Amino acid sequence: MRKIDFGGLLSTYGVVIALLALIAFGWLRYENFLGMFNIMSVLRYNSMFALVALGMCFVIMTGGIDLSVGTVAALGSVAAAYSSPYGPIAGLAAGVGVGTVVGLINAVMITRMHIMPFIATLASMLAASGTALLLANNRSVPVSYQSGFTDLGQGNFVGLPIPAIIAAIAYILGWVVLNYTATGRGVLAVGGSEESAKLMGLPADRIKALAYIASGGLAGLAGVILAAQFGAGQPIEGVGWELFAIASVVVGGTLLTGGVGSVGSTLAGVLLLGILFTVLNFENGLGWISLSAYWQSVIRGAFLLAVVILQARLVAGETSRT
Amino acid sequence: MADDLLLSMQGIDKKFGGIPAVSSASLSIERGEVHALIGQNGAGKSTLIKVLTGYYKRDAGQVLFDGKPFEVTSPQQAQKSGISTIYQEINLVPLRSVTENICLGREQRRMGFLDWTAMHAEAERLLHRFKIDIDVRKPLGRLNTATQQMVAIARAIGFSAKLVIMDEPTSSLDEQEVSVLFGVIRQLKADGVSVVFVSHKLDELYEVCDRVTIMRDGRTVRSANMNEIKKLELVSSMLGRDVSRAEGHATAFAKRDRSKIGEVMFKANGLSAKPSVRDVSVDLRRGEIVGLAGLLGAGRTETARLIFAVDAPDGGEMELQNRPYRPRRPADAINAGLGFCTEDRKIEGIVADMTVAENIMLALLSRVSPHGVFDPAKQHELATNFIAKLGIKCSGPNQKVRELSGGNQQKVLLARWLAMNPKLLILDEPTRGIDVGAKGEIQRLIKSLADEGLGVLMISSELEEIVEGADRIFVLREGTLVAELQGDTATEDAVLAAMAHGTSPRTVEARV
Amino acid sequence: MKELAVNPVPKGEIRGHFDLFDFLARYGTVIALVLLLCFNLAFTRNFATLQTLNVNLTQVCTIVIVAVGMTLVIGTGGIDLSVGSLMAISGALAPMIFMSKIVPIDNIALAVTIAIVVPVLVAGMFGLFNGWLIARFRVQPIVATLVLFIAGRGIAQVITNGNLQVFKVPEFQWIGFGRPFGIPAQVLIMAVVVLLAWWALRRTVFGRDVLAIGGNEKASTLAGIAVGRVKLAVYAISGLCAGLAGLVVIAINSASDANLVGLGMELDAIAAVAVGGTLLSGGKATIIGTLLGALTIQLVRYTLLANGVPDAAALVVKAAIIVGAVWLQQQNRVR
Repeated sequence: MRKIDFGGLLSTYGVVIALLALIAFGWLRYENFLGMFNIMSVLRYNSMFALVALGMCFVIMTGGIDLSVGTVAALGSVAAAYSSPYGPIAGLAAGVGVGTVVGLINAVMITRMHIMPFIATLASMLAASGTALLLANNRSVPVSYQSGFTDLGQGNFVGLPIPAIIAAIAYILGWVVLNYTATGRGVLAVGGSEESAKLMGLPADRIKALAYIASGGLAGLAGVILAAQFGAGQPIEGVGWELFAIASVVVGGTLLTGGVGSVGSTLAGVLLLGILFTVLNFENGLGWISLSAYWQSVIRGAFLLAVVILQARLVAGETSRT
Repeated sequence: MADDLLLSMQGIDKKFGGIPAVSSASLSIERGEVHALIGQNGAGKSTLIKVLTGYYKRDAGQVLFDGKPFEVTSPQQAQKSGISTIYQEINLVPLRSVTENICLGREQRRMGFLDWTAMHAEAERLLHRFKIDIDVRKPLGRLNTATQQMVAIARAIGFSAKLVIMDEPTSSLDEQEVSVLFGVIRQLKADGVSVVFVSHKLDELYEVCDRVTIMRDGRTVRSANMNEIKKLELVSSMLGRDVSRAEGHATAFAKRDRSKIGEVMFKANGLSAKPSVRDVSVDLRRGEIVGLAGLLGAGRTETARLIFAVDAPDGGEMELQNRPYRPRRPADAINAGLGFCTEDRKIEGIVADMTVAENIMLALLSRVSPHGVFDPAKQHELATNFIAKLGIKCSGPNQKVRELSGGNQQKVLLARWLAMNPKLLILDEPTRGIDVGAKGEIQRLIKSLADEGLGVLMISSELEEIVEGADRIFVLREGTLVAELQGDTATEDAVLAAMAHGTSPRTVEARV
Repeated sequence: MKELAVNPVPKGEIRGHFDLFDFLARYGTVIALVLLLCFNLAFTRNFATLQTLNVNLTQVCTIVIVAVGMTLVIGTGGIDLSVGSLMAISGALAPMIFMSKIVPIDNIALAVTIAIVVPVLVAGMFGLFNGWLIARFRVQPIVATLVLFIAGRGIAQVITNGNLQVFKVPEFQWIGFGRPFGIPAQVLIMAVVVLLAWWALRRTVFGRDVLAIGGNEKASTLAGIAVGRVKLAVYAISGLCAGLAGLVVIAINSASDANLVGLGMELDAIAAVAVGGTLLSGGKATIIGTLLGALTIQLVRYTLLANGVPDAAALVVKAAIIVGAVWLQQQNRVR
């Protein structure tokens, strides 16, 4: 039996501390960093990533991975754009609908055909991209500006960006599901030890399937917001979103091997990586140094590396003791 | 009397691929009793238990539980009907909290949502019954093994079990932890819960069990009250030996010419890896077959693994040919001239998808290949030699090892080490799971190797193999060396006695 | 569980009974390849020409080179997701060297030599880093290589500042356009890589160790094989192969775009390996199979495109082939 000494708990709070430190740094260093405009645009822009990361968080907690989220979002944006003339509800239904279908296909490949998650979702990543391009005829698909669909991306409600509100609702729901439902606890148990979870009588396959379906649906939802925000369905957007999502989830302290995770720190991870980008922009604006946006993924990778080594050391230190 | 009977299994048969694992076995458990189930490895204990819990479907037989016919198809169903199993490898989720591990699968809800306050309280209440006071919000993995066992038991009882099956619960516990566990078992008994207790530690059985059922070769050979059966009888029933039976020759080890045994070539002093091996000292001479005897879990395999540097010892020293021997990994042991045929061929021995030749050459290849390039013709030739020398039955060096019989797979492993021309060969259960004919061949082979000057350390659960094959026998019991037997003192009775109740290393030491 | 370990019926003993899964897993790729060729000969115009052969061979080269490294990695039971990113890194470095952006080098031959050797070595070092994470920290291969999967392309983008590097250096581009003996140079490079790996797997201790580790890591350790070192080596080799493939790609394009070089290559390579019949769980590896697998995937794509099916639809078909191939391998394994 493996005992795990949770220095890892520190990493849960670590991300929040890092986030606060980064915000404080920005506030001290740059004018208008905490200005209304900047806050609003950070929230508006990052809400799509937040949604994708939420789904990814659940999948990773089961011990799997979903590499298809980026292209599923692209597919969702195309579907939403086509149905945008019928109003925001239709757009939402179409985007979330196709996302859920891809999620379901992932779930079937993984739980029924027993294909490794990364292969299954790499394949559906290709397939979703191909489908999006086919549907959109290799072009971006303009959305209807009359039906109110664009409010989903550009509108405000009580002074807050609507996409941020959608993301906030999704996170609250996700938090409730994870902490206050048997399915949510099942997700963590399956990720912690699938064999044990089965012996405990949990429906492991159904739980895993739900995680992939949720991830697909949330990616579709992110696609809807993408289309609404940029006024077009974007079949070639979404490249690398899965990497952003994985990095956010892991930086948030969720164990890549599953079994430990938190919705709240995933959000903190998204904001940390998102604000890092804003800080880069501000820093370049000062003109002292010039760091291109490309540093983002390098920094993401560095964060990931640190967390992975830290987690591995925790586990390795453990096995040598037993 | 019949009302006292909680479980009755009669005439249980279970075959795997035509080979019986359990045949006409019966087991009856009374209410509120602690019942020991013992037997050697492969005697059918776990199969019988898994038939009971619905993990396997029985081929024949009747099960009555609580007076009613009992038909379950999964461990979950069995659990709902009141039979909970606690496995040796604790099947909980170490990353999750104690409460979750106790309550998963029967969560308490309020208005549809999980009621954590009630679940924490429930977990604490269950653990308090065993006088355990821990923070139930902490991850299970942070607790020590014994406490994790208690959590597993608390979970089992939380399902209002009538029968709790414990499969070797004490194998990884220290003495104090064991006594806590026994307290729990007595508490269960007092509450009217029955316990099936699987263990190889005989003293424990006497301490906590009321009755015992002994299994051998898939059959239940004896049931008795614990206070009416002697330890020696237990062991001899398990091994199928009559105490003081006249000795014949049941193995291919004919009496060996011991004059060829040479000087001491290997010594281990005070080898330890707690809790499974404590202060074990053995030595071995050139051309000698040394037997390592003991019940399952006595520390035989563990000792071998320390010598071959598969596991790291936490104490002790070794010497090989009068020079200090401190291997850090198996490769060092191999370089020093050791070989190790493991107990579990399929998991740690053969590479099933590789050919006979490739398996034979696995360890040797890097030594006969200048610049890392090997000559297939040479490999073929060497392999063909060993196939002939050991009489390996296969279609040729290029047949997949997966397709060979157990005995021939074992010979392939032997060939792998013989190819290295070793000084000392460790054989862990060299004839287990092998048919009688092949068994004799392997035994003859071991003997002729020793005649040629190889030192052999042989672990075997078969008494006759040890007694007839070994020139000297070390007996281990619960991780410590309890006897060294040689010559006339090395009889089946003596080995049995040492395995059953040998105590301190000093009292039985026969040699000056 | 011990009782379960009864000798399984050896496969060879069931004679006369036709096992469809076994048959398909063994010969499926070859059959698919032959069927594709027949289909094309019948329906695709101008198929049986040297031109077609050249187009297909040059397009398949980079995939094969990367897939060879991947075959070794998968042979040990691992996986390498970082290959695409490593291609981008080597593809970004080479032009910077021969265009003297880092240090001016006057001698063009020297510059090109360095521009070939250094990027490949750098990619190899990154591969070694993957192996180090896996062997030293016992990080799962998929997690360990995910780090460079994410960061690697960023590194390439950072060193080029995301700019497209356009160049015209015939000496370097020989690896893309040269035709010694009338054979495209890149096909020769591919052939050399394939032959080396094929030979290594069949004739070297290293190749044997790779398969032994993938087949049974515990047994390999007990047989004295230096498991950690072999793992380091396969990931380093995978990095070297990716680096080489990155150079071939930019040589053909006369340009290096860090955003695009090697994008999606990890899946193409894994697909070639899986379609070629190598088990993703390790212990078996066939370089020839990988070559055939890559050819099959390429030919499917070519067939679809040549017959007017859009590229996007070809993506969907490719996804289906990958899932189908992996599933088929597993079916055969379970039995």
